[in-house]
Amino acid sequence: MSAVADTHSQEHHHGPAKGISRWLLTTNHKDIGSMYLMFSFAMFLLGGSMAMVIRAELFQPGLQIVQPEFFNQMTTMHGLIMVFGAVMPAFVGLANWMLPLMIGAPDMALPRMNNWSFWLLPCAFLILVSTLFMQGGAPNFGWTFYAPLSTTYGPPSTTFFIFAVHIMGVSSIMGAINVIATILNMRAPGMTLMKMPLFVWTWLITAFLLIAVMPVLAGVVTMMLMDINFGTSFFDASGGGDPVLFQHVFWFFGHPEVYIMILPAFGAISHIVAAFSRKPLFGYASMVYAVGAIALLSFVVWAHHMFTVGIPLAGQLFFMYATMLIAVPTGVKVFNWVTTMFRGSLSFEAPMLFAVAFIILFTIGGFSGLMLAIAPADFQYHDTYFVVAHFHYVLVPGAIFGIFASAYFWLPKWTGHMYDETLAKTHFWLSFIGMNLAFFPMHFLGLAGMPRRIPDYALQFADFNMVSSIGAFMFGVSQLLFLFIVVKCVRGGEKAAAKPWDGAEGLEWTVPSPAPYHTFSTPPEVK
Amino acid sequence: MAEPQPQHGKRSNGRVIAWCMAGVVGMFAFGFALVPLYDVFCEITGINGKTAGRYEAQVTNQADANRTVTVQFLASNGPGMSWEFRPVTRSIKVHPGEPVTVNFYAENGSDQAMVGQAVPSLSPAEGTLYFHKTECFCFNQQPLEAGESTEMPLVFIVDPELPEHITKLTLSYTLYDQSQKAEVSGAAGAAKTTNNNG
Repeated sequence: MSAVADTHSQEHHHGPAKGISRWLLTTNHKDIGSMYLMFSFAMFLLGGSMAMVIRAELFQPGLQIVQPEFFNQMTTMHGLIMVFGAVMPAFVGLANWMLPLMIGAPDMALPRMNNWSFWLLPCAFLILVSTLFMQGGAPNFGWTFYAPLSTTYGPPSTTFFIFAVHIMGVSSIMGAINVIATILNMRAPGMTLMKMPLFVWTWLITAFLLIAVMPVLAGVVTMMLMDINFGTSFFDASGGGDPVLFQHVFWFFGHPEVYIMILPAFGAISHIVAAFSRKPLFGYASMVYAVGAIALLSFVVWAHHMFTVGIPLAGQLFFMYATMLIAVPTGVKVFNWVTTMFRGSLSFEAPMLFAVAFIILFTIGGFSGLMLAIAPADFQYHDTYFVVAHFHYVLVPGAIFGIFASAYFWLPKWTGHMYDETLAKTHFWLSFIGMNLAFFPMHFLGLAGMPRRIPDYALQFADFNMVSSIGAFMFGVSQLLFLFIVVKCVRGGEKAAAKPWDGAEGLEWTVPSPAPYHTFSTPPEVK
Repeated sequence: MAEPQPQHGKRSNGRVIAWCMAGVVGMFAFGFALVPLYDVFCEITGINGKTAGRYEAQVTNQADANRTVTVQFLASNGPGMSWEFRPVTRSIKVHPGEPVTVNFYAENGSDQAMVGQAVPSLSPAEGTLYFHKTECFCFNQQPLEAGESTEMPLVFIVDPELPEHITKLTLSYTLYDQSQKAEVSGAAGAAKTTNNNG
């Protein structure tokens, strides 16, 4: 009898293949999701160690550790790796793991393309990181790679950088197509669009943003490639081109890109806040419309990154007001999260701690964004540490804390074990304090006039920079604790129930923990 | 194990992929379309200070003797350009509507033949649409033999429609070394024919 059952299970419930081919050839969304998450964490540590080099150099005024040329390579590679290697793949990983579970689908709609879009990423970053060892060094013109700094004055490795951006663009676009096809075609019967979990909604909108702007990024680096190697003059004034055009095209991609990095976090935070308030999310429909509004507005605000290039008054006013308008849907979301918590039965496990910190700190980053949006004031803030403080306040407690919160929230589902709550709370507090120590003083530095992307600074900035560096080291080291917590959780721990959080809602909690290799082979019924 | 898709949605993935790929291709094309669109937009609005090409309209405007506008000239070299390049007239008072001729001096002090290209920019940008050039050395490339010098003319008209509050216009030229590119494209020969102003 048992022998019969065994053959049956081998034939119909084949688990993962053995060895390396499981990972190379897998089309399973859970495997691919795990690979995305591991890859993004590796990139997070790599980009983070570059940030450590930056902060070590800035610990004291004067040049102590690295030369300015290498410092510039560090700021550039830190930005590129964090944006394209850490944050974006982490959210694609979460999407791979959670979207099929949340909508009751057996897998992503295009599993083979899924495999390909993951494996392109290590190739792209191998190329990008290899530029560090090339003659002339890695790209050193900032992650925004403004022309002509990146074309006429860029190092020879710029062409490799362009190729790497092309590959990661292809990967992102394929990932986005997969997400859209999955969400539109694979939902369980009865799950109408307005019944979709918010993480699904935010990822659907993010995928549309990716499809709209990643080709523009590909276009702008292609123009750079032609300017560098084929004698065209897209951005070369001597040949009739215009360097300002580069900034317009880049930021037409760049501004939606910052929402690509934050919208999935909005979705995940919405689940986590509701779960640990033990209340349904307040204002579901308004959340959906707010995300849609933010996405649409993100296409008409790009020039607020370039107030100082000399755009006319009417243009400055338009982009200033359009930018400020984004505060309205964002405010709707923040108030909805706060209202969800209001009179809820709150408990503060690690995911909730990260989620609450997300709401508070992201709002601070939003406010400094509003200050930057004021065109006349922006002339003072432009290219100072105030800008650095602003975007780290939206990206670290925004995107990164959102990813940590999601990781702790769904780790029991992924591994079948509870993570170590004490260690996780330690990780949270170290990250929280470290992050604020690192980035809050940067506001003051920027207002006092310290420019960004410099390896040395005037003496009066020394104290704040030292505080900032100490905070950065603290934040950096505490991420090793996160690695330890995750490894410990994978290897063992208290068994997790199918629904380890009593307030959590959604189809993903109806499957056992750890989620079996194949789930929802027959679709669930959604009422 | 049976393919699960048929149970799950009747819509085809092929259509979604096709629509998405259309979006991707469209946006890639849009990125490149921004280049001419930007040029057209700037030409219409004049916002980037780039003055337009040769002014073709008939010069029938009477000079407005009651109004005087100061026009200043700047000349500078682009990176790697070794020529001496300066305006002969640094500043001139003109009446809107009258054609004015000024000269720029360029000397190739190097020991080899070179080709230069001047790129203009006008400030304030608001005045760009009202500054017309009927003749300008910037319309062509300037080839100079080693040690050769030249005076290059600019003929311009300030439009009488120039907004009242603008009393001063500054025209700046940046001269770029185009020797490499001129050799490649063979534009040096074409440029030579127009350099008959000595």
